[in-house]
Amino acid sequence: MGYRFNFRDVFAQQSFLLEGLLLTLQLSFIAMALGLAVGVTCAAVRVYGPRPARLAVAGYVETIRNTPLLVQLFLVFFGLPSLGIRLDATTASIIALTVNLGAYATEIVRAGLEAIPRAQIEAGVSLGLSRLQVFRYVVLMPALKVMYPALASQFILLMLATSIVSQISAPDLFHTASIIQSRTFRDFEVYIVVAALYLGLALAFRLAFAGLYQLAFARR
Amino acid sequence: MIREFGLIDIMYLLGAARWTVALAAVAFLGGGLAGLVIALLRVTPLAPVRWLAIVYVQAIQGTPLLAWLFLFYFGLPLVGFVVNPWIAAATAFAIYAGAFLGEIWRGALAAIPPTQWEAGASLGLGFLDQLRYIIVPQAVRIAIPPTVGFLVQLIKNTSLAAAIGFVELTREAQITNASTFRPMTVFVIVAAIYFAMCFPLTQWSRYLERRLHVAR
Repeated sequence: MGYRFNFRDVFAQQSFLLEGLLLTLQLSFIAMALGLAVGVTCAAVRVYGPRPARLAVAGYVETIRNTPLLVQLFLVFFGLPSLGIRLDATTASIIALTVNLGAYATEIVRAGLEAIPRAQIEAGVSLGLSRLQVFRYVVLMPALKVMYPALASQFILLMLATSIVSQISAPDLFHTASIIQSRTFRDFEVYIVVAALYLGLALAFRLAFAGLYQLAFARR
Repeated sequence: MIREFGLIDIMYLLGAARWTVALAAVAFLGGGLAGLVIALLRVTPLAPVRWLAIVYVQAIQGTPLLAWLFLFYFGLPLVGFVVNPWIAAATAFAIYAGAFLGEIWRGALAAIPPTQWEAGASLGLGFLDQLRYIIVPQAVRIAIPPTVGFLVQLIKNTSLAAAIGFVELTREAQITNASTFRPMTVFVIVAAIYFAMCFPLTQWSRYLERRLHVAR
């Protein structure tokens, strides 16, 4: 009891925190973009592809979804060098986060694709649209609209999960916290500040995703 | 000292997996209690009580689990608790699980049509009796599949306890890797152990969900 909070030392390191925050944002955005691309591709294969490809995608999704991200990250960062592939912490983080998000995105997009009625696809074909056009305009966009809330919350979970990359010393926001902690010995305060920053990020993301929905889907 | 990776290491890893299970079990029990309270607070007629529960859920779901682990690991000693990684991890995981289970169970309660509550009220039942005899028995069936699904998340996330030095499966893997330097072998085996724990639960959750949809 009688602990005196001292946030001054922590805030004195704000430029440092900002750098970490920047990498956290970068990691999140890159993984979201790549993960969504992986997800859409794999979901399309999962639903329309030939059987062996479908099974391969199912294997990928199940493997990733039933193992911890931390172990996946360790495999990429510590395991791959023993096969001769050497990566820096940030690259390894991007790969692991993308592979991880890709699996969850595949499941989400797949559910969306399957929700599109056959008749709708046939209507597209009968209008003379090419297969790619049908996939893009008749299947993917309506599917993304349906799956948007699930994708958005998965993206926010991913943003929070980027904190795990601190465990391989990628200099993200959470890793910054441990460095500031070792400089100031203000353990508790550092993690309160960092937790508050993540909370702010999560709220900002939620608002941004809501806005994006209005832009992308609401007018159609 | 670097030594060969052998059967004994696999035995150590399996032994450490027990702590993964133990941590997940404690977190699930603690989180279940917290989640029950949260879910009930969310459906009470008192608005300020509902807000309190919402703030709790938002705060937990908007911050990384890793932050809560460190907060409890470094924070509990400040208020006079003797803390070891076990207590810090169990507390953090229970609070984390409480928020998610609370949300899941609130959703299940909300899925029961309001007319069911009204029917209970018209029979002269009070709030608690309506819950107990009418709402909860129906909500439980809806809640079980996602609850099992969350258990998978929980088991996977216990790997984060390695960060505060709690020796469960992932931490043991790091230790084994440090002495054998066979990262690929060690982490593939560890991933396989996690998979063996999680995959049956995932399948079970799917089965329960299918059965629920058939029943409705």
